[in-house]
Parts: sequence; structure tokens; C-alpha cells
Amino acid sequence: MMEVDGSNTSMNRAPPPPPQSSSLRSSRSKVLYQFKQQKLPACKPVLTPTSVITVFMLMGFVFIPIGFVTLRASRDAIEIVDRYDVECIPEEYRTNKLSYITDSSISKNCTRYLKVQKHMKAPIFIYYQLDNYYQNHRRYVKSRSDQQLLHGREYSHTSACEPEESSNDGLPIVPCGLIAWSMFNDTFTFAQLKVSRNNIAWKSDREHKFGKDVYPFNFQNGSLVGGAKLDPKVPLSDQEDFIVWMRAAALLSFRKLYGRIEEDLEPGSVVVVNLFNNYNTYSFSGQKKLILSTSSWLGGRNDFLGITYIVVGASSIVISIIFILLHLKNPRPYGDNSWNKKSLSS
Amino acid sequence: MAGERNRNKGMRLSKLYSFKCLKPFSKEDHHSQIGSRGYSRVVFCNDPDNPEALNLNYRGNYVSTTKYTAANFVPKSLFEQFRRVANIYFLVVAFVSFSPLAPYTAPSVLAPLLFVIGATMVKEGVEDLRRRRQDVEANNRRVLVFGKNEGTFGETKWKNLRVGDVVKVHKDEYFPADLLLLSSSYEDGVCYVETMNLDGETNLKLKHALEITSESDYDQEEFRGGVIKCEDPNEHLYSFVGTLHYKGQQYPLSPQQILLRDSKLRNTDYIYGVVVFTGHDTKVMQNATDPPSKRSKIERKMDKIVYVLFSILIVIAFTGSVFFGIITRRDVTDDGKKLRRWYVRPDVTSVFYDPHRAVLASFFHFLTALMLYGYLIPISLYVSIEVVKVLQSVFINQDQEMYHEETDRPARARTSNLNEELGQVDTILSDKTGTLTCNSMEFVKCSIGGTAYGRGMTEVEVALRKQKGVMTPQEEIKESSTKSVKGFNFWDERIVNGRWIDQPNAELIQKFFRVLAICHTAIPDVDGETGEISYEAESPDEAAFVIASRELGFEFFARSQSNISLHEIDHVTGEKVDRVYELLHVLEFSSSRKRMSVIVRNPENRLLLLSKGADSVMFERLAKHGRQFERETKEHIKRYAEAGLRTLVITYREVDEEEYRIWEEEFLNAKTLVTEDRDALIDAAADKIEKDLILLGSTAVEDKLQKGVPDCIEKLSQAGVKIWVLTGDKTETAINIGYACSLLREGMKKILITLDSPDIETLEKQGDKDAVAKASFQSIKKQLREGMSQTAAAAATNDPANENVQMFGLVIDGKSLTFALDKKLEKEFLELTSRCSSVICCRSSPKQKALVTRLVKSGTGRTTLAIGDGANDVGMLQEADIGVGISGAEGMQAVMASDFAIAQFRFLERLLLVHGHWCYRRIAMMICYFFYKNLAFGFTLFWYEAYASFSGKPAYNDWYMSCYNVFFTSLPVIALGVFDQDVSARLCLKYPLLYQEGVQNILFSWERILGWMSNGIISSMIVFFLTIHTLDSQAFRKDGQVADYSVLGVTMYSSVVWTVNCQMAISINYFTWIQHCFIWGSIGFWYLFLVVYGSLPPTFSTTAFQVFVETSAPSPICWLTLVLVTFSALLPYFTYRAFQIKFRPMYHDIIVEQRRTERPESGTRTTSIVSGELPVQVEFTLHHLKANLSRRDSWN
Repeated sequence: MMEVDGSNTSMNRAPPPPPQSSSLRSSRSKVLYQFKQQKLPACKPVLTPTSVITVFMLMGFVFIPIGFVTLRASRDAIEIVDRYDVECIPEEYRTNKLSYITDSSISKNCTRYLKVQKHMKAPIFIYYQLDNYYQNHRRYVKSRSDQQLLHGREYSHTSACEPEESSNDGLPIVPCGLIAWSMFNDTFTFAQLKVSRNNIAWKSDREHKFGKDVYPFNFQNGSLVGGAKLDPKVPLSDQEDFIVWMRAAALLSFRKLYGRIEEDLEPGSVVVVNLFNNYNTYSFSGQKKLILSTSSWLGGRNDFLGITYIVVGASSIVISIIFILLHLKNPRPYGDNSWNKKSLSS
Repeated sequence: MAGERNRNKGMRLSKLYSFKCLKPFSKEDHHSQIGSRGYSRVVFCNDPDNPEALNLNYRGNYVSTTKYTAANFVPKSLFEQFRRVANIYFLVVAFVSFSPLAPYTAPSVLAPLLFVIGATMVKEGVEDLRRRRQDVEANNRRVLVFGKNEGTFGETKWKNLRVGDVVKVHKDEYFPADLLLLSSSYEDGVCYVETMNLDGETNLKLKHALEITSESDYDQEEFRGGVIKCEDPNEHLYSFVGTLHYKGQQYPLSPQQILLRDSKLRNTDYIYGVVVFTGHDTKVMQNATDPPSKRSKIERKMDKIVYVLFSILIVIAFTGSVFFGIITRRDVTDDGKKLRRWYVRPDVTSVFYDPHRAVLASFFHFLTALMLYGYLIPISLYVSIEVVKVLQSVFINQDQEMYHEETDRPARARTSNLNEELGQVDTILSDKTGTLTCNSMEFVKCSIGGTAYGRGMTEVEVALRKQKGVMTPQEEIKESSTKSVKGFNFWDERIVNGRWIDQPNAELIQKFFRVLAICHTAIPDVDGETGEISYEAESPDEAAFVIASRELGFEFFARSQSNISLHEIDHVTGEKVDRVYELLHVLEFSSSRKRMSVIVRNPENRLLLLSKGADSVMFERLAKHGRQFERETKEHIKRYAEAGLRTLVITYREVDEEEYRIWEEEFLNAKTLVTEDRDALIDAAADKIEKDLILLGSTAVEDKLQKGVPDCIEKLSQAGVKIWVLTGDKTETAINIGYACSLLREGMKKILITLDSPDIETLEKQGDKDAVAKASFQSIKKQLREGMSQTAAAAATNDPANENVQMFGLVIDGKSLTFALDKKLEKEFLELTSRCSSVICCRSSPKQKALVTRLVKSGTGRTTLAIGDGANDVGMLQEADIGVGISGAEGMQAVMASDFAIAQFRFLERLLLVHGHWCYRRIAMMICYFFYKNLAFGFTLFWYEAYASFSGKPAYNDWYMSCYNVFFTSLPVIALGVFDQDVSARLCLKYPLLYQEGVQNILFSWERILGWMSNGIISSMIVFFLTIHTLDSQAFRKDGQVADYSVLGVTMYSSVVWTVNCQMAISINYFTWIQHCFIWGSIGFWYLFLVVYGSLPPTFSTTAFQVFVETSAPSPICWLTLVLVTFSALLPYFTYRAFQIKFRPMYHDIIVEQRRTERPESGTRTTSIVSGELPVQVEFTLHHLKANLSRRDSWN
């Protein structure tokens, strides 16, 4: 497709002899001359049928294997998805889920049994997934104070945190803002399984964004309690749940890392999860899911990438075949001089 | 201050005053105007401290040509910037960005705006500083002024000069202000002036002082008591109206006494003068107005596209706010009790998100969205285009192949606005003399007393013979010319070397050459050492005459204000004698008079009127007894004209004393008038004596064709450009020049429109002007109709596919042109001309040239280019879309009024076919690409909004976005705009039809623009949807982490940067290291930026903190996504291009292909075998191009 067109056509007129003081200078002045006269040696790509077919074919033959490899990787990741937001509501509340979730006197305890279909190798990641939840809402995303998270109560410019900036008595809230206030508060406990809840947040977040001596203060003391409470004795940089929650999701359906199961799960075994279904997603008809997933080198299970690679690869091969067929049906000799002569004679 | 205001008021009214209907007509009281409005200036000579003079409070001589001052630079240049709609939009956005409405932080909005505005302001500032430095230099020059040192001349700075000061200027110094010449180092008070800086004319001009003032030496005696009353400052360089009141008398002043600022004193040791106009009142400063600024068609179209983008912006912003309003309202249930999305606290909220006031909230959201999607409007577009155009101009200026070595003149783009317009020229309107020809006249033939002299062959004759095929090569060799003299190419054994005295008509020959030697305004310049004489003449014709008469024995060697001296050969004795003629009056040449005369008294004390002029005015002025050789001379003139020569008729008469005395009185009366119709009165007076002339003969000078003109015209007409020649020459001359420069070709059908028919001539003789006009009108109408039917018949018989289309050439003369340009015939005329491939308008005046230009421009709506070299072309150059000036011999006025200046006509070929084509292509591509890249980026934001409940959260970090236009995508576009070449210069010239791509505006048609825009939108969709689905909710790394907002933003943004830069890479045709550097450099710079920005503290870098290093770089899925997205986003365009090149190739595609296959056999290119059939697709394209061409040509 590309061809280097160096000295041949682009320099067919010799530059005036440059001063021959030294070869370096003359070559530099030659380059300068070519530059000024717009005759720099250039590569001029030409789309000949051969190059077009080559490009499409090459693209097909590279993309399809990549597609299969990534698809394979995606399939290697084994996933157990359990939607529990409906199941965990007693039958009598099914018609009015909102009253169930907002009534704090009702126990939210719920037990789920997850059946393992295939062998899952440790570490198995535990996620919770929320759907139809706009963590990317502008008001929501802006409602935090990075300075306060890092420096604590002393930092008072927290107007972005409105209306969760300070409590009615004027005391500042640490951590302030809607994101912190609405923190997810369903809890999951796994019987007989070794579960680690550490190292679930990004290292840079723990070290640079959340203060080591910043302790929650006056948090969830308002008239309206949003989500989870934080242990006021633990510094923010150690509250990894919180750090994970504070990293806003891009889209309205997202997963957040909850912990890791540090042992393999055998096929046929059942994982028993005790959970407290506290978080209100019912008012905006969001779903809640619990996910157990292993990861391949590519990450979790998502066939989209692999399939798209295959589709794009295949379609470029199809295009090239169409091109070849049309070309054969309608061949045009390249480098035909005749048309030019005729046009000149007119 | 008050005085100044009064004066200004007077000036403004004086403009009104120039409407003639308001003028009180008074013939006898012509001084009445002095002192009245427009003529109110009073100068107290050498008395600037006079209380009355102080009261007048005229401006000082301080001059400032800068656009800005230190104080107003910032506000004024900002104002200039914000006259562009797009910039106002960005300014408003910048202000609003400080409010909570803004979707991103204020600094990130301000930074690119400040960068763009700042860059432009710096450019303005630097330019202005340069002007300022020149001003300072000029203001601080020194001049000798009287009165500085107690009654003598002392030095002062120019800026300190005041009106009324008497100054002394030495040889080769510039005049510091407009001066009244008092006296000079010459006894008779003459001085020579070079006006190069004013009008660019290099010849010296003679000025002379009034006799009353010229006799004194003002170093000895003070000039006192003079009062000048004159016109107010105006811009007319060649007029001046005023009187000098001195010693109780009034003396009329004329331009002859005025020395203008910025002209230079030459050949004169010193002069004395009184300052009349200072500083900005001087004529040269009054003239310094900017030429009309022209904008290219592409740029005007671009404005429309910006409006389209604005509409898209408004539509998507509106859509977004409607959705936002609906979603926001639903945040609270209908009963108002329950909150849906409780986590955004819709119960406690500001107005921007208030569910109860959703309409208001969505209105505010609309404003937010306008800002958010502002990336659809490319902020850097205007700046980039400006930068690109300036660089393109540099390349034009640098082009070695448009550099004329002999005159050391490169091509110059005087404005960079019109580069791309050069690629779209449809019609070229060309001047002839000096443009197609060299304008260096050579005296080749003459006809004296009915005998033709001169044996030389002219170029036109040679060309004509060549075309007829009767050329014998030996004929070209010059006859034994003894020596070559510039301006003289005459050989005739009968009269050279003084042999004319043996001729039977020696007396006539003597008279003839005397006229040539005396009747002119040239100034001799005697070389002190060799004694050789050279001449400074106002026109090259005159120089040729003086030189011819010198070569034949009538050597003009000295001129004073009242005398002309010649070395002559006496035809009786054959001896060389000096004869002095007393010069009484010069009746100057003007384009309306078409003749010039002098009245002299010869040594025998007889009064003679010597006159030369165009045949059209001279023959009617002959005396009854002076028509002895009329028939032969007319015959000769016709032959000379056919040979492409310029002819002048030479006549004389004797005037008797009495007649002269009466006439002189009237003439002087007219001359001393200070009214506006003075010139008309002088002409009328001159008319009275220029009659009853006796014919001597005629001269014929050749104006050689410039080098390469025929080839250039041939190439241009192959490129489908129509060429009109507008000339003042006679019809025959014009036609023959037309043949010589291959404007008219053998086999071309000539349509001649003229009024030289017997009926009209007889009508003219009867003198009934109305009847003549009516008959002329009818005649032109008829001729136009005939022409139309001829061309229509040819078009009907010609199959458009047929290669040998009958070509037409139209020739029309000036008189007919006035009728053809009439409103009623205009349309038919235009249609006829559009069917002819070349048009020659002969005998047209400068005003007609401009009119024709305007007609063509407005009538066809196509791009016109006017090319000319002289002052008479200025109107035409300014009227046309593009004015090209030839920086040749005839002054700089045309160049000053032009947009491009070249040294030779033949450079036009390269200027249009190479630079024009390239620039057009580059700018068109560049703008399309600009819109593509901004839509591709801007729409990803919109798609993301759809996934963020249209709340106004952008998908990317603020600073990524603000750097998009300026840092990550701008340099490759600039490289495209400056360097891209579809085909090399050689091929542009080889295949001139390629130029039609620009003329038919194929590369910047709406289809193409919209195509690029949709490509942008498709790319944005591919980028967005592929990215969000690959980076879905699952883990995106082996360690189980999920992709959050920041990761998605970085990945998507990287994809956009890769996509638009790779799109650039596959759409340009020319890769040098510069392109590689910029394209890959931009992508590299994005990653560099990401690393550097990501390592800043998180409070500043927010979502970008460590995102690349820690999060996305180690994730294979991010890279795989990037590859997939980039390739997929380019796939639609690439597929389109591949199929298009194969099955619907554009003309340049074919040429590129051509070049590729040509190279292997480059050695045998000349003998390459023509393969029989034309490939279908090529034929199709060609056919298409040509069909467009012929359709345009025939049915405009």
C-alpha cells in the first residue's frame, strides 16, 4: 500500500549546487532546499487493488485469531451471578418493596445458596452489582471533597458536598458529600470460606487520596441516613469498602469489588451467603446482584470483545472478497496512458 | 482641540461638496472656492508662531501607522478577535464556566481560549511593533528647518515640523512632509523627484517652482509674508489646488510645485520648500488606506458550515435537556412524597436539579449542554487556517520556479487570504501591455511621407508565419545590425547612419524625427565620463522614440524649464549642429486625449506645434492640405497593427503669432483656475490649437511578447480556464497578439463584434448622437444573436463525447463593449462569452476593464482572476476575486493593489496549476478533517450523556478535553494544510485538467463536507459503543478490578486520539518525516501528557491520577480495545475509499495511479505504447469532468 518515492519523481529537478564547504552543511542545505521547494522525499501511499485486498485480508487474518484467543480467555473466567434484590424480600412485601426496605424495624437478613457449576480456582472475586444506578450523575459525582478526604476536618472548603456538607448543628461531616453518604450497605458473609476483604481498593487511592489520619466524623448523623456507616476509629485510608465505593462508576450498571475467596470451589458444591439486604434500590427499580467470578489474563467474563474481533475480521474478509469479485468482473488496467493523450487532444 | 474638530467637520462636508449638483457654478469667480469648504487651508509661510496660525491648530508631523497603541492594544485586539462568531461563543462559554452551570472547571475552558486568542494577539502585536519601529525611525529623521538657529537653517526632527516651516532638503533625502517648492539649486527652480515610494514609478519627475519664489537663495534672505491658501488634505496624488499670496500678488499653484512626502530628491543639490501638509494630512498618508479585503469562497462557505455545526449543537443540546427534564421530574414521585433516585437528594437541591421546577432545570441544563458539546465547534479552526495560509504563502514566496532572476523578483503573496481561491479560478482577465508583453518598446518601423521604412520582422509576424507553415528558418536571423541598442531594433539601409539626407524626402524625414526628438517629456541623463546619454521617460514608448531619433541623428541632450536642446545633422550641409528650441507649452498626454503636443519656438523664431497621438484622434484633426499621405499612411498603420505593433501618428503645424497669443491667454487662464473642472477646461483649450495638423507619418514600436506566454496560455486553457484579454490596442493588433500567444488558434472560429460598419459611420458623420446610439445598440444586439446561433449550432452538432469540439474566440471592441455592457444586453453578452473559450476586448478603457471584471464576476458567480501591471489595471485588480500584479517595469501601482505579485506572466501557470491546486486541496481537506475530528470527539460526549441521564457529566477529565483541539490533534492538521500534495508539481503541470477539481469545487462540495461529517459521527458511535461494551461491568484486569469512570474515560479518549490521527494518516497522500513526526508525535504526546498529568497530586489531577501507569497500561483489555476500536472506526472510510478509487476514481486518483505504473518504464516513457481502449471508469470520470465543463461553458 505504501511505497517510498524517494529520489525518483520528487527530485527530478536537481537543486542548484549548494556551497560545497562540507558535506554536512551541504546535506543540510539540500534538505532545506527540498523543504522550501516542497520536494522532500516522501512516501506516497497508493490504494491499488492489490494493496486494498492485502490490507483487508491481513486485517481479517489477524483479527479473527485475536478474537478467538480473547473469547477463549473470556470463557476461562467462571462466573456465578445471583440476583437477590427480589428474592430477599419476603413474599408479603413483594408488592410494596419500598416499605420493606425503609422500615428499619424489619430484619433484612437473607440467605442465598449459590451452586458451583465448574471448578473455580482461587482467588475468586466477590462483587456486588447495581443496575440502573447513576453514579455518573453530575450532581452526585461532584458531591465530594478530595481535599477533605486527604486532610480531614480542618479542610473547610467543602461547598461541593451540599447538601451533605455539615449537619444541622453546623458540625462538618467527614467524609462529606452524596457519594459517601449513599455508600452501599448490604453485607455478605460466607460460611466456612476463607474470605479476604483487604487489598480490594487501588493502591494509589489508599496511599494518596485518603488520609491516614482522617477519621470519620459526624457521619450519618443527619435526619436522613443514606447508606453504610463508617467506623469512626478507623482512618479512611484503611476503610477499603469505602474507598472502593468512592471511585465512581462510569455507567449505570456497575460492579464493585467486595472481597476475595481465597480457596478453590469444587463443581457441585454450594456456597452459602448470609446477607443483609439493607440498600434501597427499590425506589428507582435498580437490581442488586452478588457475583462470584474468577479472572483470566484478560479479566472477567465478557464475550463482547472476542466476538467483535471476529465480526470485524470476518467482515473485512467479506469486503475483500466482494472487492475481488468486482475487480474480476470489471478489470481496469493500471497505468494506462491512453486517456491522457486523448484528453490533451481535445 | 476645537480647531481640529472644526477642521474635521469641514473635511467631511467637503466630501459631500464633491457632489456636483451642490456646487455653485461660477466660472469667472474661480478663486471663490479657496477659503470655502474643502479648500479652507491657510498656511502662513515661515511663520508658524503667528497667532492666527496657532489658532488653526493643524496636526503635527508625527506619524503613526500602527493599528494599536500601548493603551488600546488589549481592548482593541480583543475586540477584533471577538468579531468572529465562534470566538464570541467561546467567550460566553468561558464566562459561564465560572457559574455552577459549567460541566467542567473554568480553567480548563479558559486555557485553550486564552491560548488561541493569545497566539493571535501575539501575532498582531509583533506585526504592529514592526510598524511602530518604522514609524519611530521616520519620525526621528532629521531635516534642516529655518529659524532653529537665529535666522539660519538648523536641524530638527521630522516629528517637530509644523505647517508653514521652511525647510531645506538635500540631494537623495526624502521630503519630510508635503512641501511647496520655493526654489532649488538650479537657477530656474526645477528639481527632479523620484516617487518610487508613492506609486513605484522609477523614472524621475520634473517639478518646478514659481518664478517669483525661485530666484532667491533662502540661506541669505528669509522667505516671509507668503500665505498659501489651498485645498484641505485629500488623497489625490496628482492634483493640487491652491494659490500663493505673496508680495501683494496671487499666484496659482499646481501639482508641479508640490513635493510629496516619501518621495526623494534626485539629481538636484538641494531645494527649499514650505511645509503645507504635515503628518497624517500628507497625501501619501491620506492614501494609506487598506485595500478592500477579500475573502475566499471556501472561507465564506466555512462560515456556513460553522452555522450548521451550531445548529447540530443546539439540536443535540435541546434533545439532551428534554430528556434531562423528564428524568429529573421523575426523581420525585407524583405525590411528591417518595424519592426515586434518593442518592442524589432530589429533596434538597438547587434549581439546576429541582424535580419540582423541571422546566427551569432543563433550561439551565440546555446552557450546560451548549458548553458541554462545544467541542463540536473547532476553537482552533480559524487560528490553524491562518497559520496554514501564512505558511502556504511562504512556500509561494520561496518557490524557485517563480523567481525571476533578471529582475531579482520572487513571487509574492501579498495577502494570505486567497491562497485556496487560486485553485478555483474560472476566468482570467488579463491586461495585454506589460502583462502578456514585456512593455519594453522597440522602435522597429516607421512610415514617413507615405514611404514605409524598417525591414525587421516582428515576433507576431514570425508566429503567424509559423502557424501558416511557411516559416523558413533562415529568416529569423537578424540583418546586419551594427550594434544592439535597447529600445531600438530598426534597420533600413536607406536612412540609418545619416544616409537619410540623400533621400528625396529628406526634409520630411528631418521634420519627422524632430517631432520625435522634441515632443516628449523625457529627461536626458548625460554620463559625465563617456558623454553617453540615457533617458528617463514616463512611458517606454517615449523612450523608444527619443532613442530612435538619437540613433538617426537627432540627439536630444538637455532640457531646462524653457528649452530643449538637440544635436542635429543638417540635411543640407550634413554637419552636426546644436539647435535650441524654446519650449513654450506642453499639452500633456492623457488617456482621454490620446495625444500629446508641444509648442516650441525654433531657432528661426517660428512657432511650431508638434503633435503625436493615436490614429483614431489624429486623422480627424488634419488640415485639408495636410492629408497628402493620408491614404498610404493609413495603409501602413493597418499593416503595422497586423504585425502586432503599436502605432502613433506624427504631425506638426506652424502657428502664427497672433493666433498663439490669443490662445495662450485662454490656456493660461484655464491653467490658473482652482476649480475642479480645471482639467476639462485645459483640455478644451488644448483642443483649440491642436487642429489643422499636417501629417508626417507614423511610428511603429514593438512590444515583445514575454517569454513563455503562449505555452502558459495553452496550459491554462487546457486546464479549462477561460482567458479574456482586455487591451487598449486596435482590433487588428489585438487579434494578431491573440494568435501570437495562442489565445486564438488555427481552426478556432472567430466571432467579431464591432461597430465599424458603413451605416454607423455615415450616421456618425451626420452627427445625430441618439440615432448613432440606437443603431449601435441594434447592431450589437444583432451581432450577439448571430454569435449565439453560431455557437448553439456548433454545440448541437457536436456530440459532447466528441473530442474535437468546435472552439470559438470572441473579439469585441471598446465601443461595442459599452453597448454590450448595457443592462439589457449584459445577459446575452455574458452567455455568448461563456460559450467562447477565449475573449479579446480591444480598445477598452481602464474603467471598462473594471466593469467587465465586475460583470463576469457577478454574472457567472465564478471566481475571476485579473492580472495586470499598470495603474490602469488597478480597478480591475481590485474588482476581481483575485488580483495578480506583474512586478514589471511599469511601476508598482498594480502590485500595490494586487493580492499576488509575480514577475512574469508565465509564472501564472505554476501559481494556479500547482500552488492554487495544492492550496485549494489542502484547505478543503483541512476544513473537512477539522469538522470530522470535532464531530468524532464531540459526539462521544453526547452518547455518554445518554448513559448518564443527560446530567451533564462529561465522559472525560476536563483537561483531556481542553487539550484535544490544541495539542493532540492540531499539528497533523496543520501539516496537512501546509504540506500535503495529491500529486507532485510536475504532474500538476503535466495534467492541467486536474485543475478542474478546484474550479468545479469537487473537493469542497456539500456532499463531501456532509460525508466527512457523517464519517465523524459514525466514528464516534463506533468508538463509544465498542468501548463501553468491552469495558462493561466485568473485571478488566487479572487482579479482579473493575473499570470505573476514569478508566473508561482514558480508554475512550485514547481511542478517539488514535482514530482521528490515524484517519489523518490514511487520508493524506504525502508522507514526509514531518507528517510522521506530527501524527505519531501527537499520539505520543497524549500518552506523555497522561503520564505527567497523572503524576500530579490527586487534588489537581482528580480522575486522571495515576490512571495510565497504575490502572490502564497494565491491562491487556484496554490495549485490545484500543486496537479494535481504532481499526473498526477507520474501516468505513477505508472501505469507501478503496471502492471509490477502484470504481469511481477521482481525477487525481487516476494520475497518482498513472505515476505509479509509469515509473518502472520511465526510461521508455517517451515511446510507451498507447493501448487501445480507454478503461471504462477512467472514461467515465473524464467524461464527467468534461461534461461539467462543457455544460458550464454552454449553458451557464
